[in-house]
Amino acid sequence: MRDRYVILAALVLFFVLVTAPVWYARAAGEKAGGPDVKLPTQEKACVMPVDYMRTSHMDLLISWRERVVRENIRTWTAPDGTVYTVSLSGTCLKCHTNKAEFCDRCHDYAGVTPYCWDCHVDPAAIARSRP
Amino acid sequence: MFMFEKAIVGSRRYWTWVCGLLVVIAVAFLAYLRQLQVGLAITGMSRDVTWGLYIAQFTFFVGVAASAVMVVLPYYLHDFKAFGRITILGEFLAIASVTMCALFILVDMGQPMRVLNVMLHPTLHSMMFWDMMSLGGYLLLNAVIALVTLGAERKRVAPPAWIRPVIIVSIPWAVSIHTVTAFLYNGLPGRSFWLTAILAPRFLASAFAAGPALLILLCLVIRKVTWFDAGREPIQKLAVIVTYAMLLNVFFVGLELFTALYSQIPEHVEHFQYLFLGLHGQATLAPWMWTSSVLGVVSLGLLLVPSMRRREPVLAVTCVMVFVSLWIDKGLGLIVGGFVPSPFGAVVRYVPTVPEVLIVLGIWAAGFLLVTLFYKITLSVRAEVAAS
Amino acid sequence: MSISRRGFLGAAGLSALALASKSTLDALGFEAAPQEPTSAAAGTRWAMVVDPRKCLDQGDCTKCIEACDYAHNVPHITNPAHEVKWIWKEPFEDAFPFLEVDYAPEAFREQPVMVLCNHCDNAPCVRVCPTQATWKRDDGIVMMDWHRCIGCRYCMAACPYGSRSFNWGDPRPAMASLNPDYPTRTKGVVEKCTFCEERLAVGQRPACVDACPARALVFGNLDDPEGEVRSLLRARFAVRRKAELGTGPAVYYLV
Repeated sequence: MRDRYVILAALVLFFVLVTAPVWYARAAGEKAGGPDVKLPTQEKACVMPVDYMRTSHMDLLISWRERVVRENIRTWTAPDGTVYTVSLSGTCLKCHTNKAEFCDRCHDYAGVTPYCWDCHVDPAAIARSRP
Repeated sequence: MFMFEKAIVGSRRYWTWVCGLLVVIAVAFLAYLRQLQVGLAITGMSRDVTWGLYIAQFTFFVGVAASAVMVVLPYYLHDFKAFGRITILGEFLAIASVTMCALFILVDMGQPMRVLNVMLHPTLHSMMFWDMMSLGGYLLLNAVIALVTLGAERKRVAPPAWIRPVIIVSIPWAVSIHTVTAFLYNGLPGRSFWLTAILAPRFLASAFAAGPALLILLCLVIRKVTWFDAGREPIQKLAVIVTYAMLLNVFFVGLELFTALYSQIPEHVEHFQYLFLGLHGQATLAPWMWTSSVLGVVSLGLLLVPSMRRREPVLAVTCVMVFVSLWIDKGLGLIVGGFVPSPFGAVVRYVPTVPEVLIVLGIWAAGFLLVTLFYKITLSVRAEVAAS
Repeated sequence: MSISRRGFLGAAGLSALALASKSTLDALGFEAAPQEPTSAAAGTRWAMVVDPRKCLDQGDCTKCIEACDYAHNVPHITNPAHEVKWIWKEPFEDAFPFLEVDYAPEAFREQPVMVLCNHCDNAPCVRVCPTQATWKRDDGIVMMDWHRCIGCRYCMAACPYGSRSFNWGDPRPAMASLNPDYPTRTKGVVEKCTFCEERLAVGQRPACVDACPARALVFGNLDDPEGEVRSLLRARFAVRRKAELGTGPAVYYLV
């Protein structure tokens, strides 16, 4: 057990390194807060209640995706009876016009990088990039 | 874990070798990160030659993996005692080879993070699904067999009775992995080079020559660098297996050539023409294919003469020739040759790029590393048993 | 025989899809709303008839290619090894290698014809795909799911027509103008012509068909005996590419 101190020192170092972000945030006086997301101003309701959208929009989007691509069903009826065209760029982004301040801001906060935008086009971005 | 502690003690030479392999793996990993970022555009593949060195190497090493059956079968089914000391070396070689196969498939994927879609959406009519199943199963079988038998050897007891049926299952399973791999290619309409019922037998024959040839070479290296001597008899028996398998392989290639060249159907002839003579002025692979053919015929000649085969230095050179010949034939020509000419008759040049070759070398190094670690553990256990 | 098999496969596929969709919806706690399938009406088998002569009369016209490329954000990659193509021109003798026409004038053999995915009845690409990222719809379209494709390129090895393209790199930098109504692709997936299923869904004809000034491309329902496709095939002799492979291509070329 001659290397007891080496082991202990390494354990302490490991603990410090692993918890470093917590200490750093403490020292910098940062407080955990939600992401600063810009909601659409002209629309009041999304296709589903906000709580559901906040936690489960990805499930909805994946079910939309499967229906359009694999079953050729291009409309979706919300629980309140409204019929929507199933389209990420066309329907979602019609209201959420600012992808950067809505989608990206929250995804950045949550530390997720969904690959939707590798293929799907943000129409507003094209309009902006056009001379 | 699993006697792994034996692999982390060793001589300076052992560590130099292991670190050297790790360096090659690290370089390959960097090249792979680049491929992840840029895409498969950094390889030499194209819209016409859509599979290249990666898939060809995969195919070759499925064969090496399957060839473990050439030591397992005589030992367990025919009670051929001489293979007792090397059977486990064959099984560990199979484990390393299947791991290499998995890596070759992974680096060939355009979207590697989605590769589990194959399991999420099992597709029974796709041969690739069956290939994944058979290779995964084979890896599991060999891992269980090798660990259980080595564990028993360490405790100086007979292996548990339940392992015997597992070993028996692994024998046809070995044949299945290479048959299904041949089926990947041989049910495709319009790829006439692969559309031949003899593809699976040919795969097996070349595997049962290349795999045991590699095992002979490994045994000779082990004798040189460690205390362990596999003995003369198992090596000579392996040499006989290589001889028969090589004979069958050359015979099968002859059958292919006859069918194509005598029927003179252009779409069958053109692939061989491209490989051996060149087509439309493109003959990238011709020097390779001729090297493979000459090495194949010369090595077969040496194997067929017992006095040559019995001289170990000659046998070693012969085994290198067998291995290189079959590596070129299967690990290069067979896949690329199937794509040229293209469905539009285009003769497209395929030359692997530097990053592509680095990644391939890295996977080879990973295979060598696994074999080194496994053999180190095995030999340490045996040294321990012998000393006590 | 081939029609009854197709019917059977279609029915099996539909029931599988129905099951799959039901479980997804159940998981989400949704009531399945009645949905009208937009194009896959019973007895629909989409097919195309190409009239190479009319096409040739237009000289160097590439209107169909341009319309398709814009509609689907097909990148224009300069390196021929990495090209992505949905509809393009190939010399006649390369598109029809089994039709040996030794004594035809050289000029004729080298004339370009339009080639695209044949949307085969018995598609080898569908058979080999390990993830069902490409599959046969019951209206005959060989469809692709770019979300699911793992980029193994087995379908490219299986396709006897060279109709499939792989994204060797990120396609976006190679796009001059982006159509906001259609996604691009990401690197590492395979793509090909989808018979403009997104346009069929809203009652439009494929973009290439609409763009052709000579009406050299005719699109319609092969199962409708009175339809334009069937009338054309009744009136004139037509060939299909490598039909002897048993793939059942749905693109016909008038002779």
